[in-house]
Amino acid sequence: MIHTFVGNLGHFLVITAFVSVLISAFSYWKAQRSDEISKPSWLNYARIAFYIHGASVFGVVASLFYIINSHYFEYHYAWSHSSAELPVYYQIATFWNGQEGSFLLWAFWHVILGAILINTNKFWEAPIMAVFAAVQAFLLSMILGVVIFNVKFGSSPFILLREAMNAPIFQLNPDFVPKDGSGLNPLLQNYWMVIHPPTLFLGFATTIIPFVYCMAGLWIGKYKEWVRPALPWALFSAVTLGIGILMGAYWAYETLNFGGYWNWDPVENAIYVPWLVLVAAIHTMITFKKSNNALKASMVLSIATFILVLYATFLTRSGILGDSSVHSFTDLGLSGQLLVYLLTFAVLSVWLLAKTWSKIPTSDEEVSTYSREFWIFMGAATLCVMAFQVIIPTSIPVWNAIVELFGGISNVAPPADQVAFYSKWQIWLAVILALLSGTGQFFWWKKVDKQKLKESLFYPAVISLLASGIIIVVAKVTEPAYILLLTAGIYSIVANGKILFSLLKTSPKLAGGAVAHIGIAMMLVGVLFSSGYSRIISLNNTGMIWNKDFPEEMNTKNLLLFQHETVQMGDYSLNYKGLRKEIDGFPGYVSTSAIEAFGDSYKVVARKDIEWKGKKYFSEGDTLVLDNPENSFFEIEYSKSDGKKFTLYPRFQINESMGMQVYSPDIKRTLTSDLYTHVRTFPDPESETEWGEMEEVTVKVGETFFVNDFVARVQGIERITEIPQVTLGLEDVAIKARIVISGADEDYIVEPIYLIKDRMIGLIPEEVKDVASKITFLNVHPESNSFTFGVNTTQKEWVILEAVVKPYINVLWTGTLIMVLGFTMAIRRRYVEFIKMRDKGQEE
Amino acid sequence: MKKSHIFGIIIIAVAVMVIVSTAGDASTYVSFGEAQELAEKGNANMIHVVGALKKDEQGQPVGIQTSPDMLSFSFIMVDQNNLEQEVIYNQPMPMDFLRSEQVVVVGSYKKNKFIADKILMKCPSKYQENEIKVGEVR
Repeated sequence: MIHTFVGNLGHFLVITAFVSVLISAFSYWKAQRSDEISKPSWLNYARIAFYIHGASVFGVVASLFYIINSHYFEYHYAWSHSSAELPVYYQIATFWNGQEGSFLLWAFWHVILGAILINTNKFWEAPIMAVFAAVQAFLLSMILGVVIFNVKFGSSPFILLREAMNAPIFQLNPDFVPKDGSGLNPLLQNYWMVIHPPTLFLGFATTIIPFVYCMAGLWIGKYKEWVRPALPWALFSAVTLGIGILMGAYWAYETLNFGGYWNWDPVENAIYVPWLVLVAAIHTMITFKKSNNALKASMVLSIATFILVLYATFLTRSGILGDSSVHSFTDLGLSGQLLVYLLTFAVLSVWLLAKTWSKIPTSDEEVSTYSREFWIFMGAATLCVMAFQVIIPTSIPVWNAIVELFGGISNVAPPADQVAFYSKWQIWLAVILALLSGTGQFFWWKKVDKQKLKESLFYPAVISLLASGIIIVVAKVTEPAYILLLTAGIYSIVANGKILFSLLKTSPKLAGGAVAHIGIAMMLVGVLFSSGYSRIISLNNTGMIWNKDFPEEMNTKNLLLFQHETVQMGDYSLNYKGLRKEIDGFPGYVSTSAIEAFGDSYKVVARKDIEWKGKKYFSEGDTLVLDNPENSFFEIEYSKSDGKKFTLYPRFQINESMGMQVYSPDIKRTLTSDLYTHVRTFPDPESETEWGEMEEVTVKVGETFFVNDFVARVQGIERITEIPQVTLGLEDVAIKARIVISGADEDYIVEPIYLIKDRMIGLIPEEVKDVASKITFLNVHPESNSFTFGVNTTQKEWVILEAVVKPYINVLWTGTLIMVLGFTMAIRRRYVEFIKMRDKGQEE
Repeated sequence: MKKSHIFGIIIIAVAVMVIVSTAGDASTYVSFGEAQELAEKGNANMIHVVGALKKDEQGQPVGIQTSPDMLSFSFIMVDQNNLEQEVIYNQPMPMDFLRSEQVVVVGSYKKNKFIADKILMKCPSKYQENEIKVGEVR
């Protein structure tokens, strides 16, 4: 049955939300332009429209989630992103997996933010909400799914599968409902995908607030006053966006297999750039509050942040990045609409700014080198240069598209080594940034002259030089750029630490800036060590040249491990123990040899008792439930020469219906470094095994024989009455041998079957991958009470892995948390300030 | 001259340097023929080449050699001008490499051999948008 009601309701609510937000924008605009008598009614009208809009958006969200949660695969969205077995928390991830759902998430945050703005700031309500609602209307139009004059507006998440595609089955049976969906991309089946997107989109959504305040200020001629209410929001936006970006980085580190947390992928760059500009905007806004100089810069940067967020949206969702990015969305045919969205607000804001430029107050006073404005301006400019350096190469595909639009041919490709290309610029700019953030703070609190500056900088400089000197020697830092970055980073930590220390005694509430800067400086140091000194320890320079064409200096970065064979790698000896599965209700991993599949993808049967740390969890013959049939784990044991051992479980995921195979790393974390291991490849499970010649062996029950150098024992023979996929008649006989092979760590059970069916002999051999063998039950000798088995062997199972050490990565994560703390302190301070001024009635 | 002017000039200068550096370090999409010409002229920059694996009449890839330790391999790639070239890659063969229908190699010629630094693949998805698995109707 096709459940059309919920989809129709959802679509109706999308349209209602779109229309009501347009009405709201128009009414707010009218309210701003009308006199005191008619203003209240317009305002009232606008508010009601906005709340109707909000309720509709909530309804749309609920409808879409209901469709996913009820597994209504007649809907294209549920069918292409979800599956029947998906647990609820991944259904949430499914919700924003598609483009429509992520637009919806963004619009959802806008509704909440809009409601907060309406209720906290009456003076600014009309002008800011007019702009806000207009932006929201554009956003909603992306999921409208309406065709007007043959032009499609937006892509609705509520279209049915039969509307979305023209499959022949729908001609036969229009009411056909697929039994299952395609499932969620294995890479996204991760708890970070439940919390990273909402955080990132909250960051995206909040960039609108400084923008609308700035636009409203320009519009109503309050050129200075917009800064105070906008500032706490700009801080909130920067910290949320920052957390969102770092969550993404952490997800990539834990889940993807490129070996790090940041890859300078266009999608990463597209979001890093607005963050930098937003941080620059915050700095100029703070400076402005004490002097007029930074006002124009604050306006330009607040507008630029929002426009860059729209540009990022365009880059990632229009399909223009195409081959150059691994994780952008595919094109939904919205590129034109996205471009209109971007250009509308870019043109509108530039026009408004240009129109009022001459009226914006400035000060002609020359900036002194010893003023805080000077230093902060330098910092903001450095941030903007960093942003510019990233956005230019990221826009290469746009450049190609523009050239081709005018009939030209452009074959420019992004830099071949992205990481090296971006790093070589960003590292020097980061050095400048760290130096400025250390020094600038001293100008923050009072006017300083040359003499005073020297006095306050003396000790921080000496301490940081000493500290960095020690670290450089101990950690053997030799690269000049790294030495400088380390010294600058430590200097920033020490200098800000000194300020923090003196502030804690007098006014700890004001310490947000110092704390945030310490956090950033720690992040820089953490990145320097974990990326700059990331070391591949699976490096293989045995120099075995198998192809004469190979250049001689080529070393391989990976290590081949055959199962149960110990290989030395640096300080460790490694042993690949086999493939493992995760079982529901079991604390460890279970060997694939200990379980047997029987047709149901989630359920398996235990072939022997399954224990963990001496406690028995399952008995032989129990039915077990797999946590996720798509996941397998490679058990890799690391032992050190001093006898210390640990085990890592890098993961392999396969999604049959999407044809995706994905490897994820496992990380051994210690305080000072991470050992990151990921499997590059292993024998294709779909490829056919090449067996060696069969060896025959005749044994009695209880006797032992060798299988591929392992000791095997015939434990027993039994007659069986059921064989999967074989129907046994009354005359037929089937017997099964139970053979136990003693491995190094565990026993493997093999049960080949000897079958007489319709007077014909059938042999059902069984494979044991863990000992690379296959055993066939060849014959029964009743006269001697013995049995003949055939043993074939093959190449042992293997994995190729890469192991990387990332030193001091915890400094990066700790720095992140400290930065967040600093931002939070600053938000609190600025918000309290705004509330005080507002309640005094001065905020006009 | 005011400080802000000097400051402005410095910023513009850095911006110009950024653009020049981008133009200098940007790679290009070329064919093997053009890549060889570039290499002969002494240009060792890494380039992108788009092409596919060489396949026989049955559609099976040919000319693939894997090192005995399986840690590196070489293959024959046909670019968009139908020029064949052996490509050497110092990484284990990705599992779905043989199934790929389009390959982009990023690398350069060294002593007349094309050494790939990075391989991007486009695989035919088993999951096709227009195909619905027809199971039982619920």
